[in-house]
Amino acid sequence: MLQVAQLECRRGDRLLFSGLDFEVGPGTLLHVRGRNGSGKTTLLRTLCGLYTADHGEVHWRGESIRALGEDYRRDLLYFGHLNGIKGDLTGVENLRLAATLDGDKADTRTVWAALARIGLAGFEDIPTRMLSQGQKKRTALARLILSRAPLWILDEPFTALDTDAVDLLQQLIADQVANGGLVVLTTHQEVPLTSGQACHLDLGR
Amino acid sequence: MLKVFWSVLHRDLLLAMRRRTDVLTTLFFFLIVVSLFPLGVGTETAVLRTLGPGVVWVAALLASMLALERLFAADFEDGTLEQLLLTDQPLVLLVLAKITAHWLLTGLPLVLMAPLVGMQYHLTDPAIGIMMAALLLGTPVLSLIGAIGAALTLGLRGGGILLSLLILPLYIPVLVYGAGAVELAAVELTATRPYLMLLAAFLLSSLILAPLASAAALRISIE
Amino acid sequence: MSSAWSKFASPSTFYPLAGRMIPVFWVLAAGSLLVGLYWGFFETPDQLGGSNAQKGYYRIIFLHVGAAWMSMWLYAVMVGWAAIGLVFNTRLSYMMANAIAPTGAIFTFLALWSGAFWGRPSWGTYWDWDPRLTSELILFFLYIGYIALHSAIDDARRADRAAALLAIVGLVMVPVIFWSINCPDPNQCAALHQRSGLGKVDGDILFAMLMTTLGFWMYAFATTLMRVRTIILTREAQTTWAAETIQAEVRS
Repeated sequence: MLQVAQLECRRGDRLLFSGLDFEVGPGTLLHVRGRNGSGKTTLLRTLCGLYTADHGEVHWRGESIRALGEDYRRDLLYFGHLNGIKGDLTGVENLRLAATLDGDKADTRTVWAALARIGLAGFEDIPTRMLSQGQKKRTALARLILSRAPLWILDEPFTALDTDAVDLLQQLIADQVANGGLVVLTTHQEVPLTSGQACHLDLGR
Repeated sequence: MLKVFWSVLHRDLLLAMRRRTDVLTTLFFFLIVVSLFPLGVGTETAVLRTLGPGVVWVAALLASMLALERLFAADFEDGTLEQLLLTDQPLVLLVLAKITAHWLLTGLPLVLMAPLVGMQYHLTDPAIGIMMAALLLGTPVLSLIGAIGAALTLGLRGGGILLSLLILPLYIPVLVYGAGAVELAAVELTATRPYLMLLAAFLLSSLILAPLASAAALRISIE
Repeated sequence: MSSAWSKFASPSTFYPLAGRMIPVFWVLAAGSLLVGLYWGFFETPDQLGGSNAQKGYYRIIFLHVGAAWMSMWLYAVMVGWAAIGLVFNTRLSYMMANAIAPTGAIFTFLALWSGAFWGRPSWGTYWDWDPRLTSELILFFLYIGYIALHSAIDDARRADRAAALLAIVGLVMVPVIFWSINCPDPNQCAALHQRSGLGKVDGDILFAMLMTTLGFWMYAFATTLMRVRTIILTREAQTTWAAETIQAEVRS
């Protein structure tokens, strides 16, 4: 489903990786591993189309993501280092906006339910800049509950989360894989799967 | 598609309402710059009438520029810009929504403040009318062209200064015809028509081209 | 692109080729500038052609006109390379655009500077808001903007592409800007528009002007290629061929 051929990325003068080849199908968890600075984030951003590889291409369902453009982005959910939420907006406003932009259902009940499930009941109406780091991250991760995108690309989603939130996130990822979705992530956490397969990609060797 | 346009526009306006000082600072900057000139060049009616149109336009350019720096920078810092780039909607449309919000918050108030400033400079009523029309047509062009510079200088050190270096030369046509129209309005009202037509032409062409260039610039800058 | 082109588009092939071409361009530049200036100073009449009453000091034209032409052409050439870079994603094109900018800025400055010295005796002032002078000044700002943006961005790839986009936006805006400066009152544009043609110019003056312009072109080629070579070495410093080249040049 997601295929990468002869991918090469540089940052400035430094070669991060080259000749990278892999293909992952539906119902898979792809765990990208590597030391700090080995190019994990750059790889994920390249998979999203935010970064243009110096060489090689990324294909989604057999077509280049450049050519697919918006059709690819419809199938994609990216969660980066930055939470992507506005401190001046409340959790509900943030989530509703994110869902609208993702093309997901964004009615009041769904949004409130999602925030309750992620453990933010009682904090829905507070500007998110008042929340703790972990709570901000939870607000941002609530998008995963609403998402219908088959491809999730998650960059270090577990940092700053407490054990409850980690359990919930593991559950969400396992569900996504079990439902035939594809998850690409970087983490130092193990993610137990209920079904589907997990594979590893090691960078920086 | 329109739904996404509206939600981005609504979001930016809502954010501005929660940070009212940011918006008001720009407007007061405009007022102060315009009010300082008579103190510098003297308060004779004839002098003020000649200088008025140019001063108002230069102050409008600077005020618009001041707010441009934050146009994409705030979204860039908290990661929401990345998310905007990854939606399944055309980026051009989202950029246009953000530019519209910028204009509603900095351009439109300048148009509404024009009569006040006009009185400070003893402009005649028809001249004030033309000034409002010219600002109404010209300030969106400032926001549109400025957005390209804001996208190019995203996240750079000293981005604000650099932005003015890149964008101010591109503002010249709007300045020339915007100020020219107001100057002429005092002499012969009907002769200002070609000026306004030219400003309208700038508005239409930048409405089509500038969001494309800004979107391309954002994709380059976000890497 | 065909294979021959992509071969020359590779920095490692281009570097030695440019190195061989640079001396040729320097010789050509010196030769045509010498001929042009000699012809301009000694073989042209003391009066500018026709009813124009200017005396010997008009001879600054041989630097001024060439520099002004170059400043505009080089901007177009720079944008051309930048556009090729954006379309074909060839690194060498960006490097070319990047190397042309300082030369273009210098010619713009030279045109302004020589114009001021010509303006002093003929208009009685160093600076006047003449449309051509103002346009040249704006062009200077555009060059400076390009260079400033490029140097403000640390990441070479982003710098190349962002500056290229800016240059293209600049080129789109240039006709509008020049038009608005030339004709601040749209009600009477035709009357304001200055007309000039090369046909009316005295043959000797024209020859000298064209020779100095040719010399400027050759100078532009030489300096651009020199700058491109420096840029190539800086950017490719981590490759083996660049390291070997640097070592060889240090040794010799």
